[in-house]
Amino acid sequence: MDQLVIADKTFNSRLFTGTGKFKSNELMENALVASGSELVTVALKRVDVDNPEDDVLAHLKHDQFNLLPNTSGARTAKEAVFAAQLAREALGTNWVKLEIHPDPKYLMPDPIETLQAAEEMVKQGFIVLPYIHADPVLCKRLEEVGCAAVMPLGAPIGSNKGLKTLDFLEIIIEQSNVPVVVDAGIGSPSHAAHAMELGADAVLVNTAIAVAGDPVAMGKAFGQAVEAGRAAHLAQIAQPRVTAEASSPLTGFLNQL
Amino acid sequence: MYQDLFYQQNWDEVKASIYAKTSHDVERALGKERRNLEDFKALISPAAAPYLEQMAQLSHQLTKKRFGNTIQMYTPMYLSNECQNICTYCGFSLDNKVRRRTLSDDEIIREAEAIRNMGFEHILLVTGEANRTVGVQYIKKAIQLVKPYFSHIAMEVQPMDLEEYEELIEAGLNTVLVYQETYHKDDYKKHHPKGKKSNFDYRVDTPDRLGKAGIHKIGLGVLIGLEDWRTDSFFTALHLDYLERTYWQTKYSISFPRLRPFSGGLEPKVEMTDRELVQLICAYRLFDEEVELSLSTREHPIFRDNIIKLGITSASAGSKTNPGGYVVEPESLEQFEISDERSAEEFAEMIKNQGYEVVWKDWDLALQ
Ligand code: SF4
Repeated sequence: MDQLVIADKTFNSRLFTGTGKFKSNELMENALVASGSELVTVALKRVDVDNPEDDVLAHLKHDQFNLLPNTSGARTAKEAVFAAQLAREALGTNWVKLEIHPDPKYLMPDPIETLQAAEEMVKQGFIVLPYIHADPVLCKRLEEVGCAAVMPLGAPIGSNKGLKTLDFLEIIIEQSNVPVVVDAGIGSPSHAAHAMELGADAVLVNTAIAVAGDPVAMGKAFGQAVEAGRAAHLAQIAQPRVTAEASSPLTGFLNQL
Repeated sequence: MYQDLFYQQNWDEVKASIYAKTSHDVERALGKERRNLEDFKALISPAAAPYLEQMAQLSHQLTKKRFGNTIQMYTPMYLSNECQNICTYCGFSLDNKVRRRTLSDDEIIREAEAIRNMGFEHILLVTGEANRTVGVQYIKKAIQLVKPYFSHIAMEVQPMDLEEYEELIEAGLNTVLVYQETYHKDDYKKHHPKGKKSNFDYRVDTPDRLGKAGIHKIGLGVLIGLEDWRTDSFFTALHLDYLERTYWQTKYSISFPRLRPFSGGLEPKVEMTDRELVQLICAYRLFDEEVELSLSTREHPIFRDNIIKLGITSASAGSKTNPGGYVVEPESLEQFEISDERSAEEFAEMIKNQGYEVVWKDWDLALQ
């Protein structure tokens, strides 16, 4: 498959994964390995940064994985920047998934705080991947302040509802100069394939793998779906045939000229 | 900068890929909701010719959806025919021995009044490239002089530096038209052998400077007839696509000037038929639902009457292409011959008869 480049890194897999909600860390490890994912998010709030033997991190020590710490739990720009700094220290990476959700119920990202935090983080040398609503204008603003990618949501986080924001995702994909990673809401491999067919550069999946009956098999299924969707996008998908509406011809005049 | 993207492409390869498009590619492009640059190639390719009516119907629907039943009106005001460049296709070219003339302040005001009285609120200021006589300060002055008469000021003059654009925007400039003429670099050199305009790269990066300066609208296009129009149009679309992504707060328009006769004129290297021009206009609309498509009086009246429904959103009318052409000195030399000699009023009447609204004013300087 063609490679994805974000900032200074090249990825063979366009499936990004999360590490929450698995029954055990062993199961998480096996599922993520099976998925082929090369970028794995970890919530800073979940790892014990003072303990090098932290259980989550221990299970992610594979050459396959790049860690993407997220700022989940932060409610303001200030908290997010602080969390990113901590993560840089603790995990030795300047990559960060910027998440700010002041709303504990639906975990809706705060656009204003996110933009402020992104600008500050870029200045501090972070590779920033912001998690946001599927808002095309916000995506352009984030691109302008120097974000390395944008991560618009497909549906409310953890909802498994698929691409509810389809129309806006299409606009974002069409307009973006940085990779677009569809994040949140993807509940099944067909959703992931759909996002890739539309031209998304990658998808991020967590819950759908973590809570599946067989997370290892599901991880693999997602890996394959993302590949298939990407390949279909590159191959240029056939379209339903349009039939011209019967109305008076508009080009008949050309015969008179 | 567009340059970086441009130099990754190869003219001959692009051309070959356009001509290799098949009816399958065209049908796929027609069936899509959003079309990309590859689809645009298919739609401008010879393979799309049998689909012209279908393209026209779709273009009509999309234009109505986005712009309603409206056509915006504008007219050019030539401020000067002085020019230090040699362009093989232009009546103002330095080597063309004609009397040169530049409007004075007073003459600018008289022309502005006359144009305003014809109903126009949108004006396009045009000059040749003569930095000593019609440099930035002259143009700035002209903008200030015409400002009380118009609600939207566009210009089509020599490319400028970023700071100069900033200064003119500050003075009230709303739109800049800058046509690449051709994206074929070698041919560009042939047609622009002398003068500042011979610098291809400076010209090709002009929209970037405009975008950075924060201009409201940029007009793009090529002069059809200099080189293979399909390939040139692809590079225009590539430019448009790049600009829309990068300077996303700016609006864009496209024009399709076909080479017209003028005194001492050049024969077009490539002919574009009326049918092909319709194809190109529809292809742009299918590629980009938001872009404004503009038609000048270079085209024949019958063509202009019928194109109103096919994707065009703005048109000039009653145009004079000589400095002072409206009242000050109607007989001075034209830049090129116009084809539609009807008055603005007659043209507007024709638009209304087709069930369209004529939009004279669609901007206000207060918004700037
Ligand atoms: S096209 Fe413009 S630059 Fe070239 S000769 Fe004519 S007025 Fe001068």
